Formats: sequence, C-alpha cells, structure tokens
Amino acid sequence: MSAITNVARASLSKDLRLEWRSKDAINSMLFFALLVVVIFSFSFDPTAEESRRIAGGLVWVAFLFAAVVALNQTWARELRNQVLDALFLAKAFGNFIFVIVLETFMTPLFIVFYNLRALGPAYQLLIVSALGTWALVVNGTFFAAMSLRTRSREIMLPLLLFPISIPALLATVEATTAILTGDFSAKFWIVLLAAYNVVFTTACLLLFDTVLKAE
Amino acid sequence: MIRRTFPILGVLTAVLLSYGLYEALIGAPTEQSMGDVQRIFYYHAPSAWTAFLLFGINFVASVVYLIRRSMKADIIALVSAEVGVVFCTVVLVTGPIWARPVWGIWWTWDIRLTSTLVLWLIYVSYLILRRFSSSGQTPLMAAVLAIFGALDVPLVYFSIRFFRTQHPQPVIGGEGSIDPKMLQVALINWAGFLCFACLVCWSRYRLELLQREVEETEALEALLDSRKAQ
Repeated sequence: MSAITNVARASLSKDLRLEWRSKDAINSMLFFALLVVVIFSFSFDPTAEESRRIAGGLVWVAFLFAAVVALNQTWARELRNQVLDALFLAKAFGNFIFVIVLETFMTPLFIVFYNLRALGPAYQLLIVSALGTWALVVNGTFFAAMSLRTRSREIMLPLLLFPISIPALLATVEATTAILTGDFSAKFWIVLLAAYNVVFTTACLLLFDTVLKAE
Repeated sequence: MIRRTFPILGVLTAVLLSYGLYEALIGAPTEQSMGDVQRIFYYHAPSAWTAFLLFGINFVASVVYLIRRSMKADIIALVSAEVGVVFCTVVLVTGPIWARPVWGIWWTWDIRLTSTLVLWLIYVSYLILRRFSSSGQTPLMAAVLAIFGALDVPLVYFSIRFFRTQHPQPVIGGEGSIDPKMLQVALINWAGFLCFACLVCWSRYRLELLQREVEETEALEALLDSRKAQ
C-alpha cells in the first residue's frame, strides 16, 4: 500500500513542480476564465439583486470551461514520454489543485464584477466548491485518458464530460445560488454532490485499469 | 431458421403497427379535456418505454462485454444505443408537439422531460465516442462510457426532481387513472414498436457483423499482399 502512495505522491509532486516552473496550464486557464467573466459581464448588465441569482450559473460555467483547458493537458506530457501508467488519483489531485487555484484567483473578480455578497451561510461555499470541483475533475481526468484514444481528442473531452456532469453541475450551481441568495437551504444539493463524488470516484478507480490497458 | 423468422417478424410488425394506428386514431376514446391531440400519447409513451428498454439492454450488453470481451455483446450494445437514440428522439419531438396545445408551452423543465433529454445527450455522446475512437479500442471505451452513463441516471433523476420542486412550473396533468381502453391501445402500439425495434436492431446487427467480417478479411488480405511483395 505504502509503495502505491509513494508513487502517487512522487507523480503528484512531479506534476506540480512541472506546472510551477512552466505555469502553462494555470496561465491559460486563468486568462480563459477572465475572458469568460468579461464577456459575460458585457452580455448581462444585472443589478446586484439579479446578479445574485444568476452568478452561481455564470461562475460555474466559467470554471467548467476553464477546467477543460487543464484537463486536456493532463496526459499530454505522459503521452510524449510514452508512460501512461501514472496513477489516476495523483493526476486527479493535481487537476483538483489547479482548478482550486484558478477558483481562488477568479472568485474576487466575480465579486467585483457582479457586486456579490452571500446572504446565506458563506462557509458552505467552501464545501460546495471543493465537492463541485472534485466532481468535475475526477470524471474529467478519467475521460481525458479515454479521449487520448480517439481522433480529435481535444474536442472529445467536453463531449464526453459535459453530459455525464449535468447532475453535478446542476447541484453545484443550485447550491451556490442557494447560498448567495439565502432563499433556500443548500443541504440537499451538498448531499447530492457528495453522493455523485462517491459513485464516480469509485467507478473511475475501478475502471481506470481497464481503460489504461486497452489495446 | 433466421431466414424464416425474419419475415415473420416483419409481417407481425406491420400488422401490429397498422392495427395500432387504427386503434390510436379511431378505436380509442377521445380524451375529455385535451381532445384529439391526446392521441399522440399512443406514440409518445410507447416510444419512451422502448427507448428506455433499449438503453437498459445497452447497459447489460456493455457489462457483459467488459466481463467476457465478446464481440457479439459489443454489437448488441452499439445497435441498442443507436435504435434507442432514434426512439428517444421521437419522444423528444412528440413531447413538445403534444405540450404546446395542451399546456400552452413547447417545453418545461419537468422531471420526465429533462431526464429524457439528459439521457438522450448521454447516449448521443456515446455514439460520438464510438464514431471517433480508434477502431481496436472502441468497444472497451464505449462499454466504460455506457456504465458511467447508467450510473448517472439515478443522479440525474434525483437532481431534477428536487430542481423542479424548487421552481414551481406547469406539471404534466396528474394522470390519476387512465381509461383501460387507452392503456390497451398504448400497449398494442408498444408491442408494435418493440417488434419494429427488434426488426431494426436485428438487421443492423447482421449488417454490423458482416461489416466487421469484411474489415477483418480486408486486413488479412492486405497482410498477405505485403508478404507476397516481400
């Protein structure tokens, strides 16, 4: 067991160090998300009250699109080096960290552009973003590995990921809206997200070997 | 045996579908509040049942493929997904046609409509994956995606159910009890649709099997030719 953890840790720290030195993924993600925010704020000109109701959706759509940028690069490096046996969990954690960093940078921007203030319990936003990000990233990492074996793989990832992610996305957006408006409780959505994460993390772990060994 | 069963099934399908059409348009009583528009029900609901059944078959075939790696299971999975998407499209098209005169709107984010739409999206992405992946790995990738899709179904259902209760909207009229004659007509049509689906799946299965044999032979011939050239 400890051997596996060691390999995973080594792989994770390798990915983080590579990213720290090049900053390829994080820079393109940040700029992409920034563009989405700016374009959204041109398209809608809402009052603070209205923006609170739509911000949950906008924020997560921006994060979702930006996350795809990072997810598509997940296995690119390993493909070049012809070693695809890097551990799935390490890759997923790596992507999780990238997307969380992105969210940390982008949230203040959203607050400024949309004049946001949570009327519900704000600490729940942390839980929601952790669970929501993991939900996107765990399946995203898995499908990125799958789409490596397809033609035009960059476009395949969102095509596979988005339909499966609909319940997770709905839950994340609704929970965020619930917290921002304070109109209703986010509890059900957090439970649903947790269930989604448990189901799909298990499925990914069980099926990853099969996908990896496909000839 | 196949030679004889296939035409028999074809005739049975034709008979059931024409009888079903007659019963749906003339035999069944006119619904009190909705009028003749309601007759689209006899096509809408049986298509939905057929589509869900086919998606179920797709899931089972995918699991069998993952365990046994049998080519037949893979073809069954492919065929059932293709025909299932067709029936699901029929559902999604007839639904709004029915909804517009009855509810006054084309679409509502109702639980059944939305779940069906999401299901359709998942299976279309399944077919796209099959189309785009490199041939040797297609069955495996597709089987894995089918399992992900099946796992998603209950989550989609629960999330949309809760979503709707939060956004009160026009709801599908509480069906309560359905006229036994109406149910009977719907079931006849369903039987017709099932036979039709079997027929299409069967032809598609044979076609796919032949196609794979041809591909295999061509690959072998190419190999032999290259040997000869050497």
